[in-house]
Amino acid sequence: MFPASFEYVKANSIRDAISILSDDDDAKVLAGGHSLLPLMKLRLAAPGTLVDIGGIRELSYIEDKGDHIAIGALTRHHDIEHSGLLKESVPFLSYVASLVGDPSVRHRGTIGGSISHGDGASDLPAAVLALDGDLVVEGPSGERIIKASEFFIGFLETALGQGEILKEIRVPKITGGWSYQKFNRRAQDWAIVGVAAVSVGETKVSLVNMGSVPLRAYATEETLKNGGSIEEASEKASEGLQPPSDLNASAEYRKHLAKVLVNRALTETLAQ
Amino acid sequence: MQISTTVNGLSHTNEVEARTLLVHYIRDVLRLTGTNVGCDTSSCGACTVLLNGESVKSCTVLAVQADGQEITTIEGMASESGLHPIQKAFQENHGLQCGYCTPGMVMAAASFLHENPSPTEKEVREALEGNLCRCTGYHNIVKSVLAAAGEMGGAR
Repeated sequence: MFPASFEYVKANSIRDAISILSDDDDAKVLAGGHSLLPLMKLRLAAPGTLVDIGGIRELSYIEDKGDHIAIGALTRHHDIEHSGLLKESVPFLSYVASLVGDPSVRHRGTIGGSISHGDGASDLPAAVLALDGDLVVEGPSGERIIKASEFFIGFLETALGQGEILKEIRVPKITGGWSYQKFNRRAQDWAIVGVAAVSVGETKVSLVNMGSVPLRAYATEETLKNGGSIEEASEKASEGLQPPSDLNASAEYRKHLAKVLVNRALTETLAQ
Repeated sequence: MQISTTVNGLSHTNEVEARTLLVHYIRDVLRLTGTNVGCDTSSCGACTVLLNGESVKSCTVLAVQADGQEITTIEGMASESGLHPIQKAFQENHGLQCGYCTPGMVMAAASFLHENPSPTEKEVREALEGNLCRCTGYHNIVKSVLAAAGEMGGAR
């Protein structure tokens, strides 16, 4: 399977990439390519131009900024999985990264690519949601910060505007417990349902593959905040949601899984 | 587009279409057909090669993304003195049945053993999660990788 033909442009800097993207509304950013290339091979995407930012090495870093950790958008899943700094400060994120795809996929896929792709079935977008992270975006009119909770707006659609590139992900250091429950049938598969829970002050919970975007389980969080038990909070896991039905699971089964997995995630998180 | 690569230690400069996948560049342009195309969807790992020493699925990398990089395929594993220890371990432990997944298994194992020279059996199994053997010969594949680790000096 070949992708449809496209123009290929190698960007040497983020400004360079932004200027190409701003002038061409049929252009897409290529990082590791592990979300975009499969879509292009299936002809679900056929951008006219690919702007390859993979060679911009300055966008790959993991840095301690005191109250948070800053991660460059081109940092690969492999680097996040094995980062000593993350294992120490945000072990949750290293753990989630270690469950993405398989080792060869993790050698290519990047956190910025995964988040910009915004797939509701992916692990890392939901992880950054549960961490209530900040996404630093640069575009033609400069830099802005988008809250993770406001970034995912529709099926494979994000708050990134024309010419904008996600350049850094900021996540808090974890002070409390955490858990990631990924339910799948084979090791390298997507989650049929996944649940992330993180305690930084309050406990935040997010859901994988329970809708067209990565979701926060607000009803569950609210129940906990008001002193509800883990059981009561788990009952609210899929409140107001319309999970998809597919070969792996019906919507009803997904709702059941969400309840069970939220229960497990909260039990693990609150026991730490 | 013109790309320059180093494949198995040899330099190449070739003209490719931007949409050419690395696996097709390796097989059709360089005529190194040891690397197989299996699922073509980055699931099965039959097309695994090393890109700058790390395993990648070459069906999900564009040839242009490998411009200026170093690639190792199964053909680059053996040397004049004989098979690579991983290849030898697969041979001695009956780590292959039909052989289709074998090049990918060997390359994934090479990347993994470089990172973790003395793995446990569980770690080997996890490391090979992205490589499927449709003969289901996993038992001897894992045995082969553990034997190779021992041979290469990382016995546990």
